[in-house]
Amino acid sequence: MIGFWTLFSKEVLRFWKVSFQTVAAPVLTALLYLLIFSHVLEDRVQVHGVVYTAFLIPGLVMMQVLQNAFANSSSSLIQSKVTGSIVFVLLPPISHTAFFLAYVLAAVVRGLAVGAGVLAVTAWFAPLRVEAPFWILAFAVFGGGMLATLGVIAGIWAEKFDQLAAFQNFLVMPLTMLSGVFYSIHSLPPFWQGLSHYNPVFYMIDGFRYGFFGVSDVPPATSLAVVVGCFAAVSLLTLGLLKRGWKLRN
Amino acid sequence: MAVAVSIVDVVKHFGSLQALAGVTLTIGQGEFFGLLGPNGAGKTTLISCLAGLVRPDSGKVAVMGHDVVSDYREARRQLGVVPQELVFDPFFTVRETLRIQSGYFGLRKNDDWIDEILANLDLTDKADTNMRRLSGGMKRRVLVAQALVHKPPVIVLDEPTAGVDVELRQGLWQFVRRLNGEGHTIILTTHYLEEAEALCGRIALLKQGRVVALDTTANLLEHHAGGSLEEVFVRVMRG
Repeated sequence: MIGFWTLFSKEVLRFWKVSFQTVAAPVLTALLYLLIFSHVLEDRVQVHGVVYTAFLIPGLVMMQVLQNAFANSSSSLIQSKVTGSIVFVLLPPISHTAFFLAYVLAAVVRGLAVGAGVLAVTAWFAPLRVEAPFWILAFAVFGGGMLATLGVIAGIWAEKFDQLAAFQNFLVMPLTMLSGVFYSIHSLPPFWQGLSHYNPVFYMIDGFRYGFFGVSDVPPATSLAVVVGCFAAVSLLTLGLLKRGWKLRN
Repeated sequence: MAVAVSIVDVVKHFGSLQALAGVTLTIGQGEFFGLLGPNGAGKTTLISCLAGLVRPDSGKVAVMGHDVVSDYREARRQLGVVPQELVFDPFFTVRETLRIQSGYFGLRKNDDWIDEILANLDLTDKADTNMRRLSGGMKRRVLVAQALVHKPPVIVLDEPTAGVDVELRQGLWQFVRRLNGEGHTIILTTHYLEEAEALCGRIALLKQGRVVALDTTANLLEHHAGGSLEEVFVRVMRG
């Protein structure tokens, strides 16, 4: 337990020591998105009866939760692999389960910290309601957990920074950007609407947004079931890889 | 003599390359043991198998009676490894690094021992310095300190003096000798054969993944009628 707690604390401390880059920068990025999109679309679009800026804020918060959860676990692992300092975690008697939980939970903490920061600076721009805080928290934690777990897989798989960047830019980025952060999928043509239902990030954004406005494209319980199911499946896969020592102990 | 490390018929391939071709070794508790060989002989692979960093294709490895695969947690508690590469985590100070390493081994409130290690390795005044700001020699000392935070009975030093100045070398050997005198088993790999000759009670010579000589340092020097370990090394490797 002390081994897990130490690794978790170290991972939190690692991103906190460079919080200007790991927390403040993504908050600024989200703020810029909000300023630009709300300026262009505020008077033209309403979604589920909600003004566009208010609709956009939860989407941006969740997008940053997810992207930063992924970035934390993946960048920490690739950095320590490339520099060789991963050996300090591999030599001690830390079980693969403790290793997994420490990296994933620390990444979720970073995602939540960035999400809270984005909410704090964007909430001033539109009237936000909080209809169901449980759903907000549940989708942030499980969604962040799933992306953090994908980050663990990507960090272990990648041998170079450009491989990790490819994972991030060609998989994580499209999944998050095309998940309904900036729009409701009901505004899409039928084909793209149908395709969006195969994107697990869509359910994270939609369910998270339900917590604020009490309206969503898909019932929140269905969305949570999809998110938890995906998280469980990816976690089991990752635990299996870690137990085998895949790309770490050979 | 009780067994500290037991290696039985260990085989390891990396693709088509056979790194270890059935290595069998037993190292007793309290020994100062040298593992020597040219580059690519399999020394680091063997140490990696011992440390659980590499899984052997076949064979058994145990540290203080604990199998490194089936009982890996206990085996790792018994082992401290100083890696060959000069690796460090750039986010932390020396003291933070050692506290974190202690925590990985399940130890809290380890500062008394950390202070003692820092003093012995002449690092006390660098305790609050970030790892990035240390010289190569200082970083090497921190690697040694990290391997010792959990007071392991078996300590592996994988080329610990590569690129290290004379003063640090002497200080390091003095400290390691003291640890050995206190009962720690030391396993050393080095390319400085005069160091191995002076320090090790027993030596194994590895060549292409096989043990080609294994004896006490005195016997190796006597049986091969050489003047020094270097001459013995050259003869065995050529033979």
